[in-house]
Order: sequence, then structure tokens, then C-alpha cells
Amino acid sequence: MSSVLFDVPGPRAVRRGRIIGALTIVVVAAIFAFIIYRFYDTGQFTAKKWELFTFPYVQGQIVEAMLNTLRAFAVAAVLSLVLGLILVIGRLSVHKWISGPCIAFVELFRAIPLLILMMIMYYGLPPLGVSFVTPFVAVVTGLTLYNGAVLSEVFRAGIESLPKGQSEAAYAIGLRKSQVMRMILMPQALRAMAPVIVSQLVVVLKDTALGFIVTYQELLYTAKQLGGQFQFDSPIIPSTIVIATIYISLCLVLAGVAKLIEIRTRSSRSGKSGKKKGQAPVVLEGGAVLPVK
Amino acid sequence: MDTLLNNLDLFIGGFTTTVILFAWSAVFALVLGLIVGAMRVSPVPSMRAVGTVYVNLVRNTPLTLLMFFFAFGYPKLDLPQLTFTTLAICALSLYTATYVAEALRSGINTIPLGQAEAARAIGLGFGQSMTLVILPQALRAVIPPMMSVFIALLKNTTVAAGFGVAEAGRIRADLSERGEPAIIVLLWVALIFVLLVALLSIAQRRLEIRWKVAR
Repeated sequence: MSSVLFDVPGPRAVRRGRIIGALTIVVVAAIFAFIIYRFYDTGQFTAKKWELFTFPYVQGQIVEAMLNTLRAFAVAAVLSLVLGLILVIGRLSVHKWISGPCIAFVELFRAIPLLILMMIMYYGLPPLGVSFVTPFVAVVTGLTLYNGAVLSEVFRAGIESLPKGQSEAAYAIGLRKSQVMRMILMPQALRAMAPVIVSQLVVVLKDTALGFIVTYQELLYTAKQLGGQFQFDSPIIPSTIVIATIYISLCLVLAGVAKLIEIRTRSSRSGKSGKKKGQAPVVLEGGAVLPVK
Repeated sequence: MDTLLNNLDLFIGGFTTTVILFAWSAVFALVLGLIVGAMRVSPVPSMRAVGTVYVNLVRNTPLTLLMFFFAFGYPKLDLPQLTFTTLAICALSLYTATYVAEALRSGINTIPLGQAEAARAIGLGFGQSMTLVILPQALRAVIPPMMSVFIALLKNTTVAAGFGVAEAGRIRADLSERGEPAIIVLLWVALIFVLLVALLSIAQRRLEIRWKVAR
């Protein structure tokens, strides 16, 4: 699209573009240089602050923390996919007494901040005599409830984007409601929404970082711990850099998978006269799905 | 109910901070997001690259991590000392700006090609065709997703509570000192958030109907 917004630049526009481009690079470089200089100036690059990360024990701790993050992510991802499927089936049910509660559930849990959900689990339940709430349980339950609700909306968007003829034809050949859903609608909806679903999983991965606040021992928690080591001159910034690199790489890998799926589904569809060309739907935080035009 | 009424001061204080965080971050995110969004569709390759890298990097960074850096890392840099609230606003704005930029860009993508082509055909340059033709239409198309971004921002302000900002998410910690049961406090906080989000959703629907582009 961006190519349609402007002409192929002529000589003057090329010159102007070069100047603006150079200016952008200078500004960005200046911002970076300033940040790096502040880091340097306050001694963030001294060997003493980084020595900590050379110890195998500390490295093991970081790996363990990463595994904790991934564990919470994996469990929450699977559970929220399951919950999302259940909710969307309930929501599309023709029985009001099934669809009503499902709609209420989805709307409620999309509106409550995830952190408050985790806090309700972690601080709210134990005084009531619920004893199995570890930070892990709190994080996973919070993530599952919220993302299950969001994913059910994504599934619904996928199902509703299918041509009506699909379900009509399925009913016409005598399939039952559950069969139509299972054999006709779901497979197509899941395929159409695969990139969005994976992007939502990136959100799950990102949100595991909230576990830090309810004392789940994940990456950020470890960053805080390592950053507080006095004998290494409190390397909070080095440890943030290390942990941030890990977090961002994990998310980028998952986002890359989403991109890959998007490209593959698009290319496999381009042969047909499918109504969906152009880009895949964009999912925003909070589960709003932008329409495909 | 008693829990709410007896501690109204804390609830009101907490939610006032939430609203302040929300309002300032929304303004800054909107401004920054507009700039980044414009950069992402601009004719200058290096601007596009900067915009893309920024969006992809920050969108794949947990907000908690950004907050973490601003809350614990920033004070170590010998820069002007800012309050936690200001730092939280910085983190929230930087984070939300990427979503604003993305919403904007996809809004621009929904404008039919003919519009941009017609604008160019009558001799408008990039700046003119953006401000006179594309953006006015894109902004309308963008209102519903933009409101969703702001709803997410409102909910994200709670993360600041984890870093010492006396915000709605913090009410529990303060009230547990007064001996109130945590669950009831948290349920009240959750309920108020649901109401606030519902308010924004209603505004979203109103605006959507009002600004609908007839096409």
C-alpha cells in the first residue's frame, strides 16, 4: 500500500528523501548514543557489573527462570486454547441459557485487568481457605481466563468470516450442528485465524512477565534478584539487558512463526478465487480484531 | 459494601491516579503513535525502517519489562530524577504508541487504492495526500480499533501498581494493612474496572456509529 501513497520519486524528491533519511538516521543515532553514553558514564559497562553472568550457577539460574517462563506460557497457551474453543462453541449455541453465560463470561474476563485477575488468585483466595494457589497457579489461571476469552472472540471472528454457504451446504447434506461445527466451520476458521491465534500466543508469552508482580520466579524476578547483588555493584541494568534480550528473542521467534503461517496460508490461498486476499487480520492488544478488507 | 465505603479515600485516590496515568499516556501514545505510523508509510526508506524496527521491537517486549527498566534501571542513570508516576507514563506511552501506530497503519490500508491514486493524480504530494485525503478517512476507520487500544491501555495501567505507583492495582496492598479482606477489595477494584471499560466501550460504539464512513 505504501507504494501507492507517493509517486516514484523524481530527482528532487530523491535528493530531499536522502536528506530526510540522513536526518532520521542522525536523530536515531543521537538518541542511541545518548543512552549508551549514559550507560557508560554511570559505569554500566564495567567488568565488575558483568562478572556475575560468567558464573555457571547464575547462568543455570537464568535458564531455570526461562524454563519457568516457558512452562507458564505453555500450560496457559494450551489451556486458553481449550477454554477459547469451549467458549466459542457455547457462544454460538442456539440455546440462550448456554450462549448467555458464555457471552457474559467472555465480556467479563476481557474487561478485568490481567494483573487484577492474578492478584485475586494469589492474594484473594488463600485467606478463604484455598491452599493450592502457588504463584504458578495464579499466573496460569489469570492468563487462561483472560486469553481464553480473547481467543474465543478470535475464533468467532474466524467462523463469522466464512461464507454463509459453507454452513448452509453442510446442513443441506444432513450434517448435525456438532458435525457442522467440527467438520466444516472449525477447520476453516482455525486456518483463517492461525496467524492471529499465534499472535495472541505472543501476548500470552509477554504477559507471563506479570508473574513477576505476584512473585512467580520467572525471568524478571531473576533479573531483580541478580540486579540486587551488592558484591557485584548492583548490576540491575546489565541484568535487565540480559533478561530483555532473552524475552524479546523468545517473543520475536513466536511472532516470526505467526508471520510464517500468515505467508504460507496466503500463498496457499492465492491460487483460488478466495474472497480473502490482502493481509491477514491484525489483532490488537485486548483481542480486537481489525476487519479484513 | 462496607469495605468500599469505609475506605473510599483510598479507592478514590487509587482510581484518580489510574485515570491520570491513563490520560497522560493516551495523549503521549497518540502523538508518538501518529509519528511512528506516519514514518511507517513514508517514502523515505530509512524512516520506514526505523518505524518498523521500533514497532516490532517494542511490541515484542513485555510491558512489565519496560516498566521494570524505567522503575529500577532509570534511577541508576544519573538523569533528572522523576517520580515513579512519570516513569510509568513514559513506559505506558512508549508501549501503547506501537499499537496506535499499527492501528493507524491498518486504517490507512483500508482506504481504497483509488483514493490515494486520485490524490496523486490531481498533483498532491505525499504530505498533502496524507493530511487532506488519506488521514481524514483513515482516522474514521481507525476509531474502533483505536478505542480498543485505549481500553487495553486503561487495563495496562495496573502494571504500574507493581512498581510502587499508588494506583488502583495498589489498593489491595494498602488496605491489607487496614485489615480488610483482600478478595473483597480486589473484587471491588475489578468491578470498577469493568465499569470503566464498559464506559469506554459505549463511547466506542457511539463514535463508531457517528463516524461511520458510508462507502
